[in-house]
Amino acid sequence: MTDQVPFIEVRHLSKYFFGRKELFRKETRAVKAVDGVEFSIPQCQTLGVVGESGCGKSTLGRAILRLHEPTSGQVFYEGKNLLEYDKEQMRNLRKELQIIFQDPYSSLNPRMTVKELIQSPLDVFSMGTRKERQEKVAELMEKVGLPLEFMNRYPHEFSGGQRQRIVIARALVLNPKFVVCDEPVSALDVSVRAQVLNLMKDLQRELSLTYLFISHDLSVVRYICDRIMVMYLGKVMEIADKKELYENPCHPYTKALMSAIPIPDMDVEYHKIHLEGDVPSPFHPPSGCRFHTRCRYATEKCKACVPELKDVGCGHMVACHLFEEA
Amino acid sequence: MIKGGESLNTQKEIPANSYMKDVCRRFCAHKPAMISLVVLTLEILAVILLPVLLHLDPYTTDYETMFGSAPSALHILGTDDVGRDIFARFVYGGRVSLSVGILSAVISLAIGVPLGVAAGYYRGICETLIMRCADVFMSFPAMVLILVLVSVLGPSVVTVTIVIGILGWPKFARLIYGNVLSARESDYVESARAVGTKDFGILTRYILPNTFAPVLIAFTFRAAQAIITESSLSFLGMGVQPPQASWGNILYDAQFISILSQRPWLWIPPGVALVVTVLCINFLGDGVRDALDTKMVI
Repeated sequence: MTDQVPFIEVRHLSKYFFGRKELFRKETRAVKAVDGVEFSIPQCQTLGVVGESGCGKSTLGRAILRLHEPTSGQVFYEGKNLLEYDKEQMRNLRKELQIIFQDPYSSLNPRMTVKELIQSPLDVFSMGTRKERQEKVAELMEKVGLPLEFMNRYPHEFSGGQRQRIVIARALVLNPKFVVCDEPVSALDVSVRAQVLNLMKDLQRELSLTYLFISHDLSVVRYICDRIMVMYLGKVMEIADKKELYENPCHPYTKALMSAIPIPDMDVEYHKIHLEGDVPSPFHPPSGCRFHTRCRYATEKCKACVPELKDVGCGHMVACHLFEEA
Repeated sequence: MIKGGESLNTQKEIPANSYMKDVCRRFCAHKPAMISLVVLTLEILAVILLPVLLHLDPYTTDYETMFGSAPSALHILGTDDVGRDIFARFVYGGRVSLSVGILSAVISLAIGVPLGVAAGYYRGICETLIMRCADVFMSFPAMVLILVLVSVLGPSVVTVTIVIGILGWPKFARLIYGNVLSARESDYVESARAVGTKDFGILTRYILPNTFAPVLIAFTFRAAQAIITESSLSFLGMGVQPPQASWGNILYDAQFISILSQRPWLWIPPGVALVVTVLCINFLGDGVRDALDTKMVI
């Protein structure tokens, strides 16, 4: 299994955003939204990406699908480098790579009916006859639990959870193999969240999907993911299997995140690690380890050189100088 | 139509419905718009057909009736100071005013919308060129420019229509440009891109339906404004040339206190027609905008 080509492999992917050139200013400032990210996902598994807002999670998801053109790096999908594809080849490949957006209130065209929305990807690739397309739409609506009588309604007539089901149906109508889920449940309230998560899990099993699941909610990620990646200011801090990460977090940042998960039990005493200060501006990221400004264990070395992502055993990778000797 | 199997709601036939059908349904339910549509259609039919049916002649002097006579059976709106039938002039004037108003607005729309969409969607050099061009156009005082162009090209209905039409494009371009700029960054456009929709599909199915409503409103204003601009031009002697009539020059001919107070049949018909036309165009625009809005419940 491990010798095979990984289903999705991302190597040293970076995405910088450049400010607009101004008349009287020579240098343009770059925001390193994603900076040298590396990971791979085996087929039918889910990789969770967690981090604070602004750490580059969403940009990463979009850069992989080339919705934002990456600045450098490589993305391998079944061994083929996506970044070498031209526009038309990439367009054809979009059948297999899909994305579910965060906000179901803005990601559906308000002027299309549910049927038109779900059918539009099929129209784009003119797949099947009209009747076949319609059957496919009906099949997917059923799969995601939308009554067929909603077919001619418009998105504004639905609740958040139902809209997200439409979004999911739309993403799955082309039978994709890989789906980037960009915070698919964070706009939903808690009671609907579990339903949608379960739906996504069931669909994954049924259609053998591979997910890249972006979230800032650690309990959601714990529920749905196999492996988890922690990001901070565009860099990977730690990647490990779910169990390993939750039981044995290594990176000081991960530890702080873990300690912030509320425990719904009055008797358990829990020690929350308070991180001081704010996330530094991505325009001027700190030198060396990007986390050193807020890290309790920071040393001179952390300020000077960037820690490499190193394996500390069983595929548990950490980018921290504290673990380099181990 | 749809084989749903065991699911609860599949018994009913689901009618194939689409956005355009819904739009028509909503438009028909909009009373003021429907009335306006009827009125405008009647008006257009009237100015086209009446001259033929009634053998109207707006140019010949009737020597048998007194010049400047009051309405009579022969001349239902009387005759003017040179003995021409006023009703005939009113109907022929309607031809000119309506065609100038609507056609020049169509010209503005046809130039402005594609340019604005191109600038907003493709950005880059396209945006700079088109929008700076629009700025240049808008920085000229329109009336002076129209006067100069009309005097160079020679005043006639055609040149007036074309000049007013061409000078109106920057408003449409700006309006749609702004809307396209915000729509192209929206999540639904990005999701369309994520499923591999081509630029043309994105523009026609996602961006235009969501940005077109304000353009319709602008269109109605523009048509109304063009009718008035033509009137002003006629007044200045640079519009429709006598003996050809337009509602504008009939109105301006009636600007004497004696006519205003004693011969209202000279100015009331074109005045009322102008107001009714402008109102109807506005209602029509309103109706279309509401019809395009899916959130509108009827």
